[in-house]
Amino acid sequence: MFRLTPQPIDTGAARRELRDAGAGGYVSFEGWVRDQNEGKQVTRLEYEAFAELAVKEGERIVREARARYPVKHALCVHRVGSLDLADMAVWVGVSSEHRGEAFEACRYIIDEVKHRVPIWKKEHYVSGDSGWVNCERCAVPGHAHRLG
Amino acid sequence: MRLKIQYYALLREQAGRSEEWLETPAATPAGLYDELAARHGFTLAREQLKVAVNSEFSDWARALEAGDSVVFIPPVAGG
Repeated sequence: MFRLTPQPIDTGAARRELRDAGAGGYVSFEGWVRDQNEGKQVTRLEYEAFAELAVKEGERIVREARARYPVKHALCVHRVGSLDLADMAVWVGVSSEHRGEAFEACRYIIDEVKHRVPIWKKEHYVSGDSGWVNCERCAVPGHAHRLG
Repeated sequence: MRLKIQYYALLREQAGRSEEWLETPAATPAGLYDELAARHGFTLAREQLKVAVNSEFSDWARALEAGDSVVFIPPVAGG
């Protein structure tokens, strides 16, 4: 399962969804908002998602993890909207019979989510400046003009 | 051909809108992006983007049909 939420992530409720009498272990990962990125002091950030495709792609990733590793349950919840420092941006939880596959599936899900799911992060800096992560510095100045 | 285009993140800000309906001669997402990049002054090169048609990832050379909903996807940054 993969979900987007504008509300703080309820990890207790999410964890309960993974409980299984056949599971001997549970692994979770929490991604938090950090106060600096690439040398800039971050004050807060905003997540924006193309919700329909984000959920589809997120569900695909969780299905892939379940196909690769024999886990009991897997869930990923990602925040959207405005977040403050130290807020939880993403949560991944996996339960499985043995711990090894739970660690591996959890790692697979968070790594793929970061690279594939259409979610964007805008950082606001102490300087008053802001920027879309992975978009500003890779922009090609003059490209649109050249097309015109 | 009339298409719906939705914008997110940097492209939404540069286009100054979240969506628009557009009458266009563009036959493919690639042609459509070139047209919109010129109109809105997008700074991202097409090579840096992915594209979705009707809420599923698509090839840039797909033949667009009237009423299709197109989303250009800037480099993502979830997590």
